[in-house]
Amino acid sequence: MRENNFQSIEIKSKKKKTFYRWVLFLILGIFALYYITPLYVMIVTSFKSMEEIRQGNLLYLPQTLNFESWKVAWHGQGFSAGDVYLKTYFWNSVKLVVPAVIISTLLGAINGYALTKWRFKGDSWIFLLFLFGTFIPYQAILLPMSRTLGAMGISNSIGGLILVHVVYGLCFTTLFCRNYYISISDEIVKAARIDGAGFFKIFFKIMLPISTPILVVTVIWQFTMIWNDFLFGATFTFGEEAPVQVALNNMVLTSTSVKRYNVDMAAAIIAGFPTLIVYILAGKYFIRGLTAGSVKG
Amino acid sequence: MFWLKRNLPRLVIAPSFGVLAWFVYGFILWTIYISFTKSKLLPQYKFWGIDQYFRLWSMDRWHVAVENLFIFTILFLILCIFIGIVLAILLDQKIRAEGFLRTIYLYPMALSFIVTGTAWKWILNPTLGIEKFARDIGFETFTFDWLTTPGMSIYTIVIAGVWQSSGFIMAIFLAGLRSVDDEIIKAAKIDGANLVSIYTKIILPMMRPVFMSAIVILVHLAIKSYDLVIALTAGGPGISSDMPAVFMTQMAFHRSEIGLASASAIMMFLTVSAIVVPYLYSELKREDERK
Repeated sequence: MRENNFQSIEIKSKKKKTFYRWVLFLILGIFALYYITPLYVMIVTSFKSMEEIRQGNLLYLPQTLNFESWKVAWHGQGFSAGDVYLKTYFWNSVKLVVPAVIISTLLGAINGYALTKWRFKGDSWIFLLFLFGTFIPYQAILLPMSRTLGAMGISNSIGGLILVHVVYGLCFTTLFCRNYYISISDEIVKAARIDGAGFFKIFFKIMLPISTPILVVTVIWQFTMIWNDFLFGATFTFGEEAPVQVALNNMVLTSTSVKRYNVDMAAAIIAGFPTLIVYILAGKYFIRGLTAGSVKG
Repeated sequence: MFWLKRNLPRLVIAPSFGVLAWFVYGFILWTIYISFTKSKLLPQYKFWGIDQYFRLWSMDRWHVAVENLFIFTILFLILCIFIGIVLAILLDQKIRAEGFLRTIYLYPMALSFIVTGTAWKWILNPTLGIEKFARDIGFETFTFDWLTTPGMSIYTIVIAGVWQSSGFIMAIFLAGLRSVDDEIIKAAKIDGANLVSIYTKIILPMMRPVFMSAIVILVHLAIKSYDLVIALTAGGPGISSDMPAVFMTQMAFHRSEIGLASASAIMMFLTVSAIVVPYLYSELKREDERK
């Protein structure tokens, strides 16, 4: 961390200093309000009745804590046709995200290891192809992917979505792990090879144990990307197989006679909850992943 | 046995490489080829030439989508970078609550664009949202109906997009500021430079690589933006807030125009490539120089 040397130049008197500090905090506070208000509005709206929503305004606190809309958002209203709710789709997302994250992270780790510690001819080209793969607009692969899933007999299934997320997540996980392993000294691997350890032994006994930081970053990144995905879910699944973001969008768009903003907000919070919790618990790694995924090379 | 040992790294990479070659690069080639055919509901493999591209560029709807993309990208870029830099510089002033504030500035990034769109759709609701709030506190003629006004709904996507992504730009600029060498600032201080000129004349110019990364990420996000449009305006009212990504999925999966959809996808792909390829080239060159 850099020491702050600005105060001495910036501030000539103590009074002026206090004034600047107040302005600084004021601006930072206004921005904090800008970011936090939508979450506040979502939470208070989810606890209001529709009556209260129509009469009050969106910043008012709810008069009573009304859990009704949370129940409706999760279970539905109980009628069979056209009822929309999140429960089934939330679990679809869980069933999707767990295997997809594990597989793509492990493959990424072993790829990164092979690309940095066992250099071979053409490895930098392979890396370049992975790197470019993180940028492609998915519209350029949607049509052939949907045909391939059909040909494989796994269209509109969670298994199919797992495949899609592993395939396109692989570029990111390989990139993250490669960038991490390249900063680790080759000497460790060389020494182990002289001692007779092979490719997999070095990976499992030496590399994996020191990979915790990058594995956490990769898992969080993949979890967030897959949980929050809408494009793949909406394109490759429908009905009962859809993941949670697709179900949320369907709920909001559904054209029942009355709009239920309280239910929409409860549903949005439920759909955003897992990633929000991960962010609050492991924000440091979350940010590192974002920056690792962006400032490349 | 020796052969196996020697080629093990390659064998380990091979499945992933195969997947990459087939599902990424092979699929892109397939889409490029289909964009040169007459394909409608099903792919046809008879070569037709570049007529789909002519069709695409003669469609009003595509022009609306491209124009919206242009408006969105410019505003999204300027606002995110401006807010990002201001917040990063302010947070870099030894703020006591820095960790707490950073958490607040960044949490929207953890939410999906669908959640973001759902929340903002409610906040910007023309009757019960901000409008009602403003009227309740005394501005009785206040009107805010951008969400349902053709020509204005694209700006609501900017508002929600900036809210979701600007904190991230703050984070990468803050990381950049933290890596600036102390000595440079000390030297400038001795020369009598004030805080504003230290930042504008010395520190920000040093952040060129951070600017580059921020621009590439934001433009790339903008071109791919699909979820947020769907959740917030669904391209509406009418087609007034259409974007290329929405156009493509509409043509591909609702209008049975997969030749045309492929042509639009390839336009998106070429735009992204035109920005990313030079960026990656310069990044990799920098990495080589460091070695």
